[in-house]
Amino acid sequence: MTEVLIYDLSAPGREGVKLPNTDVPEAPLPEGLVRTMLPLPEVSEIDVVRHFVRLSQLNYGIDIGFYPLGSCTMKYNPKINEDAARMTGFAFTHPLQDPEAAQGNLAMMYALQEWLAEIGGFAGASLQPAAGAHGEMTGILIIRAYHADRGDKKRTKILIPDSAHGTNPASTAMSGFDVVEISSDERGNVNMDELKAACDDTVAGLMLTNPNTLGLFDEHVREICEVVHACGGLVYGDGANMNALLGVVRPGDLGIDVLHYNLHKTFSTPHGGGGPGSGPVGVVEKLLPFLPDPVVGILEEATPELPPLYGFIKPEKSIGRVKSFFGHFGVIVRAYTYIRMLGAAGLRAAADHAVLNANYIRVNLEKLYPIPFNRICMHEFVAEGHWDDVPEIHALDIAKRLMDYGFHPPTNYFPLIVHEALMIEPTETESKQSLDAFIDAMQKIAGEAREEPQLLKTAPHKTPFGRLDEVQAAKQLILCCRPEWMDQP
Amino acid sequence: MNYIPHTDRERQEMLAAIGLAGIEDLYTAIPEEVRFPELDLPEPLTEMEVLDELQALSEANLDTRHFSCFLGAGAYNHFIPAVVDHILRRSEFYTAYTPYQPEVSQGTLQTIFEFQSMMCQLTGMDVSNASHYDGATALAEAVILALNHHRRKRSKVLLSPAIHPHFREVVRTYMQGMDLTIHGDESLKTSVKDLIEKIDEDTTLVAVQYPDFLGRIEDLTALGQAAQDAGALFCVVANPFALGMLKPPAEFGADIVVGEGQPLGIPTSFGGPYLGVFTTRQKYVRKMAGRLVGETTDTRGQTGYVLTLTPREQHIRREKASSNICTNQGLMVLASTVYLAAMGKSGLRKAAELSYHKAHYAAQQINALDGYELWNKGPFFHEFVVRCPRPVEEINELLLDFAIIGGYDLGQDYEDLQDHMLLAVTELMAKENIDHLVEALREVGS
Repeated sequence: MTEVLIYDLSAPGREGVKLPNTDVPEAPLPEGLVRTMLPLPEVSEIDVVRHFVRLSQLNYGIDIGFYPLGSCTMKYNPKINEDAARMTGFAFTHPLQDPEAAQGNLAMMYALQEWLAEIGGFAGASLQPAAGAHGEMTGILIIRAYHADRGDKKRTKILIPDSAHGTNPASTAMSGFDVVEISSDERGNVNMDELKAACDDTVAGLMLTNPNTLGLFDEHVREICEVVHACGGLVYGDGANMNALLGVVRPGDLGIDVLHYNLHKTFSTPHGGGGPGSGPVGVVEKLLPFLPDPVVGILEEATPELPPLYGFIKPEKSIGRVKSFFGHFGVIVRAYTYIRMLGAAGLRAAADHAVLNANYIRVNLEKLYPIPFNRICMHEFVAEGHWDDVPEIHALDIAKRLMDYGFHPPTNYFPLIVHEALMIEPTETESKQSLDAFIDAMQKIAGEAREEPQLLKTAPHKTPFGRLDEVQAAKQLILCCRPEWMDQP
Repeated sequence: MNYIPHTDRERQEMLAAIGLAGIEDLYTAIPEEVRFPELDLPEPLTEMEVLDELQALSEANLDTRHFSCFLGAGAYNHFIPAVVDHILRRSEFYTAYTPYQPEVSQGTLQTIFEFQSMMCQLTGMDVSNASHYDGATALAEAVILALNHHRRKRSKVLLSPAIHPHFREVVRTYMQGMDLTIHGDESLKTSVKDLIEKIDEDTTLVAVQYPDFLGRIEDLTALGQAAQDAGALFCVVANPFALGMLKPPAEFGADIVVGEGQPLGIPTSFGGPYLGVFTTRQKYVRKMAGRLVGETTDTRGQTGYVLTLTPREQHIRREKASSNICTNQGLMVLASTVYLAAMGKSGLRKAAELSYHKAHYAAQQINALDGYELWNKGPFFHEFVVRCPRPVEEINELLLDFAIIGGYDLGQDYEDLQDHMLLAVTELMAKENIDHLVEALREVGS
């Protein structure tokens, strides 16, 4: 089942959208600056609709079924969020219009800044970063600016545990720091001896993912923060796994100095097939002056008759802008709507059920699949997709076979510290029935691995596509299409 | 409302299976003294109630549906065919994750492949990635590509002063940890010709905007040639909508073409989410950051698509990756691809030409007003600068009474352009809207 390319539906002279003719006198076109050909498809509206609807049917989304993709928090994306972001006053406001004529937007942004700070235990937040990795870079630049402002120039290193997301070391390197890796101990915590040995006056900070990518809450987190603070460093928290902590513990209370949130994970905004995300950053009091420019503040306090007047403010020692305008506003509207509907109790319930669901799957799978760090987990856990008695079966085969049972596979081969990792994150919006169905499929697959391993090796069988050849793609490197007709003017 | 389906009974069964008495027992690893904080958040609302609150917030804004908006400066109001949002609402697209499992992600992957193709066709370049966060961050990534190309042995970046001020700021933010000189944009008087003279053997990248921030368009061939002669990379920040009519930057010898893709079917939405376009030449493909989709076949012999050249990326290379970027703008990629398919070859060209003609009509009419003068002397696309008889801020405030959102106050960014307003006119503006603006400017100008 394949769908042709939009170019294959094209016919010379066919039109989709009709535009009105000009109602003003035509100006002469600029000499030497006009293109001679525009090789775009020529299709009708129905061609466009059918093409993209058929393409959509080749996708798997949360609205189709269970999507236990570890570290991605694939929770249900409420429909009201979509309607909210499309309201005329939100979707059709210009970022540079007078802020006094956009007070609804600013009020919403201000509230979300405050709520995120409250949820994370911080003094303030910036909504500007466009995604998690962008938030990381923002946070590391804030740490850099903080040390520079104090005239402390020796700090060239950032410590990163080996269980961290790959974006952590990449963001660090981009911000001009050297990466020092810290290993994990046998319980999946940061290795304290190694950490203590690494902490000196050249350390700018530590990037900590907690719960870590094994889904475990680090049992020494307060001590970790103390050790890093004692050597003059700051602690960056990767908030990708914040879903487990809502109303359970505030990273700021643990000693984290700066943290990014993923609105597209924790706060239910859709992943959109890979974006747009949104990665706001929360900071402790002493880092407020370094936040990206601008943040939303109150210019005039509310009076009995009038609401407050909101405006954009440049923090005193800001690291500068990290993107155009103010952030992914459309995503911000969705997250605002979500938090407004859940409130404190709803957020806590989300964390509780995310953690409950993960542990329920864990205890049901522990006799079927090796689980290397098997203790009470948070919102996710990591199993091994490999057995010694059937060495030919790999995590990838299990992942592909799960598709035949109608599930999206867990994250595989991450984190790197677990051999043949299958990282399972169910989220709170899944019912016991869907978890039981998944457990049942995992059980059947464990049986098939022994009885009929070929079934796994050649999976998936019931999806529109079989396994795709990644080596061929990298070798032939066809990255765009250019039918011959395109070269005609 | 919390979207949690569990019944009490199921909760008890699940806890029993885990061997715990209560939910709170799941959290013993968390330091007790900070466990379960009381969060100070407003009381939750039902869907019915939240709609009222959202409606009130939405209506506390002036919007471009009820006001004629002549504000552009990097975010533009264009006609968006209805089909675009109908496709965006397909939840098979918007509730999917990054297409790491290609067997169940061909919808997203093929869309990206078509997007990459369309971006190559608009810019004339060989390869496009699956997008960056926005135009500004795409420009910052272009600088990183150039630095890596020169193995960090060159340390100067030359930026035209007529690149969007936010873009230039973002480049500076991204680069603060690197030992670099970013220059060229100190004075608005620095022309493209002056930039040529500033290129030297230590220049890693030269970047200009086309049309530039002040709407101007000019032939950039000489600049491209000068960059090439000095071994520097040449980057053009283009408006892809304008490329519906204008000569593609590849013809000026660009090595990298980046841009803000928002004008291609994405609402202004108070500044985001937008779409960072990034295209380059084949020879730089391995140094390009961001996701990339390539064609291949599956086990059944069907043509399909996968993420390719992933060894460049952070999840494999970690600190040695070409960039930390992970997320792209998937849904915005879909919006622009559907938009370009629906508009097609003739529709995009016509929308671009309509914008051009209407902007020129508006410029001519305003130039004829007492006290106003068109600042642009050469060709421009759909945006132009007008010298005003009084501060732009005052004019804009008065224009609101005419249901008009006026142009951008350039005095904020350029000392030489106090009392100068940047106006954008697109195909959405009927002649009577423009005439109404001209009449309003006449009234408020005196």
